[in-house]
Amino acid sequence: MSAEPVLDVVGLHAAYGSTPVLRGIDMHLGKGEIVSLIGRNGVGKTTTMRCLIGLVRATAGHIRLRGQAITHLPPADRARLGIGYIPQGRQVFPRMTVEENLRVSQLAGGKSDPQMMERVFAYFPILKERRRQSAGTLSGGEQQQLAIGRAMVGNPLLLLLDEPSEGIQPSIVRMICEALKSIRDQLGVTILFVEQNLDTIMEISERCYVADKGTIVAEIGRQELHTSEAVRRHLLI
Amino acid sequence: MFAEIFSILYQFADVFAFLILAAAGLAIIFGMMGIINMAHGEFITCGIYVTVICVQQGMPLPLAQAIGALSAGLVGIALERTIIRHLYHRPLDSILATWGISLMVTQGMLLLLGSSWRGIGTPLGSFQVGDYTFSTYRLVLFGAAIGVLAGLYLVFMRTGYGIMARATMQNAEMAQALGVRTQHMYAASFGMGAALAGLCGALYAPTMTLIPTMGITFIIESFVTVVVGGANVLLGTAPAGILLAVVRTALNAWYGQIAGQIGLLIAVIVVIRLLPEGVSGWLSRRER
Ligand SMILES: Nc1ncnc2c1ncn2[C@@H]1O[C@H](COP(=O)(O)OP(=O)(O)O)[C@@H](O)[C@H]1O
Ligand SMILES: [Mg+2]
Repeated sequence: MSAEPVLDVVGLHAAYGSTPVLRGIDMHLGKGEIVSLIGRNGVGKTTTMRCLIGLVRATAGHIRLRGQAITHLPPADRARLGIGYIPQGRQVFPRMTVEENLRVSQLAGGKSDPQMMERVFAYFPILKERRRQSAGTLSGGEQQQLAIGRAMVGNPLLLLLDEPSEGIQPSIVRMICEALKSIRDQLGVTILFVEQNLDTIMEISERCYVADKGTIVAEIGRQELHTSEAVRRHLLI
Repeated sequence: MFAEIFSILYQFADVFAFLILAAAGLAIIFGMMGIINMAHGEFITCGIYVTVICVQQGMPLPLAQAIGALSAGLVGIALERTIIRHLYHRPLDSILATWGISLMVTQGMLLLLGSSWRGIGTPLGSFQVGDYTFSTYRLVLFGAAIGVLAGLYLVFMRTGYGIMARATMQNAEMAQALGVRTQHMYAASFGMGAALAGLCGALYAPTMTLIPTMGITFIIESFVTVVVGGANVLLGTAPAGILLAVVRTALNAWYGQIAGQIGLLIAVIVVIRLLPEGVSGWLSRRER
């Protein structure tokens, strides 16, 4: 990997109470890469994402963002350093308007860029149309676009998406994939996403980590990804 | 006839103002952090005593009242930083802790300040409508209650702090993950709730005789209003204030003060049966 390193995860451990869930996760992402994290239900993908943004405490291991150790920083500081988090289930603020949802990260963001709001509206025009509507009344696909837009307003260098296609109709999923690709192409943002849907994985990921029982058990490279066989095999372990 | 109608409206306005001013601070702290602040009455008492002391030092009343509200706010922030912030995920402990603080403050004040003080007298005199005489200052209190509601609306709907505070209220984890320093939001909200309690005390200071346990005068009304209103200050406290003021004014007029007080408590029981999450919970459910 020659690209400038953005995210380095080494030997990451985490637990809920006394139950260990992550037992040594290792991942390395370079600038502008789009990488997926796959694995069956319950292997710890969501926990990994929550650990990366800081909502779950790491009990061992390191997380570095562009070389800077962030393992023990609170979530707000990680967001300000450039991590945009799009959680499983989207978690938009339901009783606030679309525009207010976006303003939250603009107001909170350490290095927010006033241009970013317009950029987000260009990637996701529906958000501009619905800007005064309360987010709880949006469809699932619209909420997903809002969750991504909300993370983008903070001007991140790394996006973490947890199952962005879950429960969303295929045409909207394709549209979201296109938007993610242009976000990467135009802004050089690095993207790590958890995914179960084979089409989405094949559509945009360039590399793929396979998780099982809290560790990374395989990495599928660019070459192997051309045939969906390897991915299919791991999704069905 | 006009005088009678005015008299009823005046009494409604008086009760409404009392409910809103007594409840606003409690409602903000409960809505934002889910903490039931048993020391609410002591913040009110703080506002009262600071106001009276400042007036006795020769300060004009409005300035003294502003200082009364601010000092309660500062005490609130200090308390949040030292104690309350350790209790955010332990609602029962937070009730015990704030109750303990309340008891200590009340007893401490009895020891330090003695059992009663001379009041400072109600300003602005009175006016006449028909055969009835009304206190002008009570109208100021009604204006202040409307002002507090309008101010809260503007703060929560129109400022950056308000947007981040509402996001924190709706989903604190997600707000953090977007960069919101939720601990600052909590400290600011606790301070604002305490300052509003202090403002309540400061505004009512000229109308009462001073005893260290006087916070209790406000407690029933403030808790009743918050329980009926639910966790949302904007959607809940104001409608709850109107509802309860109507019940109480009517019962006061027909059956006297005791009936009004009892009616208030019965209204709470009825509302809890029908709308377990209060008026605001019901309203925001309908919205979705
Ligand atoms: N809040 C929690 N408390 C306790 N256990 C949890 C919690 N969240 C998830 N788990 C457990 O941790 C394991 C990993 O969960 P998760 O990271 O959500 O998996 P995935 O996203 O890969 O489906 C599962 O066994 C799950 O039951
Ligand atoms: Mg998951």
